[in-house]
Amino acid sequence: MKKATCGMVRDEPLIFERSKPGKRGFPLPELDVSGRDVAELLPKGYLRDDIAGFPEVSEVEVVRHFTRLSTWNYGVDTGLYPLGSCTMKYNPKVNEKVAREENFLLSHPYQPEELSQGNLELMYQLERFLNEITGMDRTTLQPAAGAHGELTGMLLIRAYLTSKGNPRKKVLIPDSAHGTNPASASIVGYQVVKVKSDERGCVDSAELDRLVDEDVAALMITNPNTLGLFEEEIVKIADIVHRKGALLYMDGANLNALLGKARPGDMGVDAIHLNLHKTFSTPHGGGGPGSGPVAVKEHLAPFLPVPLVEKGANGYYLNYDLPQSIGKVRTFYANFGVLIKAYAYILTMGAVGLEKVAERAVVAANYLRVKLRGVYHLPYDRICMHEVVFSDKNQEQYGVKTLDIAKRLLDYGFHPPTIYFPLIVPGALMIEPTDTETKEELDSFIEAMKEIAREAKEKPELLHSAPHITKVSRLDEVGAARNPILRWKKR
Amino acid sequence: MMNDGGEKMYPKDYLYTKDHEWVKVDGDIGTVGITDYAQHELGDVVYVELPNVGDKFRAGESFATVESVKAVSEVYAPVSGEVVEVNETLADHPEKVNEDPYGEGWFVKLKIEVKEELDDLFDAARYEAYIKEEKGE
Amino acid sequence: MRRYLPLTEEEIREMLTEIGVKDIDDLFAPIPEEVRLRSKLSLPSPLTEPELIRHIKRLAQKNAPLADYSFFIGGGAYRHFIPVAIDQLISRSEFYTAYTPYQPEISQGTLQAIFEYQTLICQLTGMEVANASMYEGGTALAEAILMARRINKRSRVIISEAVHPEYRQVVATYLQHLGAELIEIPVDETGKTDYDKLASELNDDTSSVVVQYPNFFGVVEELAQVQSTLKERGALFIVAIGDPVSLGILKPPSDFGADIVVGEGQGFGLPLSYGGPYLGFMATKEKYVRQMPGRLVGETVDKEGNVGYVLTLSTREQHIRRERATSNICTNESLCALSAVIYLSLLGKEGIREVAIQSLLKSAYAKEAISRVSGFKLRFSGATFNEFVVESEDEPGEVRKRLLREKILFGIPLGRFYPKLSKALLVTVTEVNTREEIDRLVKALEG
Repeated sequence: MKKATCGMVRDEPLIFERSKPGKRGFPLPELDVSGRDVAELLPKGYLRDDIAGFPEVSEVEVVRHFTRLSTWNYGVDTGLYPLGSCTMKYNPKVNEKVAREENFLLSHPYQPEELSQGNLELMYQLERFLNEITGMDRTTLQPAAGAHGELTGMLLIRAYLTSKGNPRKKVLIPDSAHGTNPASASIVGYQVVKVKSDERGCVDSAELDRLVDEDVAALMITNPNTLGLFEEEIVKIADIVHRKGALLYMDGANLNALLGKARPGDMGVDAIHLNLHKTFSTPHGGGGPGSGPVAVKEHLAPFLPVPLVEKGANGYYLNYDLPQSIGKVRTFYANFGVLIKAYAYILTMGAVGLEKVAERAVVAANYLRVKLRGVYHLPYDRICMHEVVFSDKNQEQYGVKTLDIAKRLLDYGFHPPTIYFPLIVPGALMIEPTDTETKEELDSFIEAMKEIAREAKEKPELLHSAPHITKVSRLDEVGAARNPILRWKKR
Repeated sequence: MMNDGGEKMYPKDYLYTKDHEWVKVDGDIGTVGITDYAQHELGDVVYVELPNVGDKFRAGESFATVESVKAVSEVYAPVSGEVVEVNETLADHPEKVNEDPYGEGWFVKLKIEVKEELDDLFDAARYEAYIKEEKGE
Repeated sequence: MRRYLPLTEEEIREMLTEIGVKDIDDLFAPIPEEVRLRSKLSLPSPLTEPELIRHIKRLAQKNAPLADYSFFIGGGAYRHFIPVAIDQLISRSEFYTAYTPYQPEISQGTLQAIFEYQTLICQLTGMEVANASMYEGGTALAEAILMARRINKRSRVIISEAVHPEYRQVVATYLQHLGAELIEIPVDETGKTDYDKLASELNDDTSSVVVQYPNFFGVVEELAQVQSTLKERGALFIVAIGDPVSLGILKPPSDFGADIVVGEGQGFGLPLSYGGPYLGFMATKEKYVRQMPGRLVGETVDKEGNVGYVLTLSTREQHIRRERATSNICTNESLCALSAVIYLSLLGKEGIREVAIQSLLKSAYAKEAISRVSGFKLRFSGATFNEFVVESEDEPGEVRKRLLREKILFGIPLGRFYPKLSKALLVTVTEVNTREEIDRLVKALEG
């Protein structure tokens, strides 16, 4: 199999190292009001002299600088990005275009509602789409990311329980959960209690029954879970939770497997956050921006953050009249620019398309499961949903670890899967191909993984020293943590 | 380092806990650190968070954390006591925990409150056996 | 929708055979029948690309044609010139379709850009270390307050009422279950925080003191006064920035002993976009770095000694520390931070200063002219940057409506945030407003 290579990739220093006094990248139109003495207009002692070290470069250099930097990156547009629980699907280009409509970009959040009817209608419609897809009653579009949505969900649950007389003390979280789950519960003042997964990798409902008491506010569940397995006892789980007056929160990161097939609202979920930058194709941007709307059942709706978008006799408006609202979880209304892309995606796919998304995501993941089983250790060997988890157990005997496998994949031109998560599988390799992959890309990935398994046996040094073709080889992360250098300084 | 046997890995005059801390007793002061097994499992130590002099801990209570690049571990007091000294050099040289876990990689010195608690700890031979059991040998 | 779903029916059949099932539905067998959806979701019929573009264009047109309007509104979101090169560069798919740089060997582009971003924020705020971004200004402030609590183990927070009202709301939401007391300090006639009152509220349980600079009323707070009050008291000094371009001309908060500086970076080259996605920034002193939330990019070397960049100090974060993490934040505003780096690089040292000066001078021009219009007067006497508060004899809502007919977006009525300011409007001027526009505004006010 032909490995990855480099085209011609230029090196590039920091922008500060390109700086030369007097250079300028963007001139302004000349000042057209009288030039008063700036020092007179500011309080004494508050006029800045200089910004030491700030760059001075021409537009040419800025464009070359960032163009060169971009050539060192890998994106979904480059190739498969099989990161489990991240749903790195294709980012449609038309969505990028429509999000750049001038009237959207120029809207100020405090401009009058009469001038913002397009924005408000989009938000109103998107909420309805998300309610329908999740089987819930109302959705807040405010949270800027999934974790932000989790925090919002926990605040909603706490507010609801407080209104019933007792906020309670604990939140139950499976040991396979994403780290944001316990982190979010803590910020809301809840104590986190771990729920062990059973031998099938799912929430142990008997264990759950023992743990749920009158002090438990909620169970945070991911479904399908981080092993890519559907929580088959979900209805029973919801029942156990509800019987004791607790609520069921779902981390919706893995919704891609359920679109059009099942709805969290029908499973007994009280609140769920969505990741628009996962399931709904908005780009990851190198780490953000994302958007984490939270869909809830009617009984949690009175507590939603303000404002909500409503439709009235005179058009769409922002409703701040929610006396029991938890408040605001961010300034203004939402990551609106991200909402537009998700909205466009749903309009492009329609109901039939979204169902096909789930189908292809699940077919692709199971295809990888059966083709790689035997080559890599598969801890849970049964039908998976949109992702599958392997481990490095078979390669242990050659002294090869998950990290080595991941780094060697780079030489084959692929971004590695998620590694070392979930924590309940030591040396985990979590693979999520997504619905937008071609069979050719999947087969190339399978071939690369098989080659790497062979290399692990015959030439493990190749894996230990990988990657070889990238701009940098393995980096000294220990040094970076022991002696952090977190900014450039003039020497 | 794990291939070295004997004295280096289990100093005979130290006592050990099942969470892989060691304590070296001198009068009523106990010097505490983590064992060679612990530092090996952790990998390269990048940071150690130590308590303040004067802080008091009960046996089994977490008194410090030790970090590698990808993990954080709690360090538990082998016996109850008051911190009388902390190892300031670990701030700039966390690698000492890896290089010399029983010597320069010490964490704190405790004024031991209840001498009887030392009886609950492993001696070198029992700790060595405990490790072998952990590793499934 | 086939365009995004490349697997053909034949390929799917082949794959199903390999998997060992008869049809796709077999793969959904783990889902119990009682929760299986057996009808189609009720969503609009799928649109092709031309139809989608037309539909969304029509939606956008339901907004007013905003390019025809003169903007004199700010209040946490600022209209500045946005160099065209920014969008071209962030549209490179290696930037925008990339994931979080957890595999640094193939993410050096993102990592170096964020390292540059961290540096620029440090340079502008004067602080020693900055993180890789937070969601936006309000949540960045909330996180700073939580950080201060972790650092000094105290819980009381003193916050000026001249900090952005929505920031204060977000802070209240974040703190509501953590046993924290929030004390608000009013402003005086100058529009600055009443520093004496602030001093009187300081006690041994005060974790942090928060002011905004320039504040929500556009007034330049005298940070030196807060600094001297806080000497030796153990409370952390948190400064939230108003329009971030102000740092081009105002002395940085570090000069006044700030411990944590946060703010909204939208003014650095991001479109208004109806409130998001924006860019929270946070910067602090090196000694607090381990308590700082968010991602951090650090410099290091590879095996051959080549300089490279990597996410570091990850043990602070949720994926390792879980419930004991400094924050739950995972996804941030990375691409927005990239926009900001490009903006700041293009403008450069001279440019950012010039944007600030033009904003200041045009605002002074407008302020002076408006104060001479009968029926309007300036509410506060303190020095302002590019925003100021005007009180009108007529109802602000009416004034606004009147000017809207002339396609002028004049001011934010403050009555909704400050009941005592029910006749006031916050007016904002930036380098984008021309003298003609300002003159036209004044004429319209004279009406």
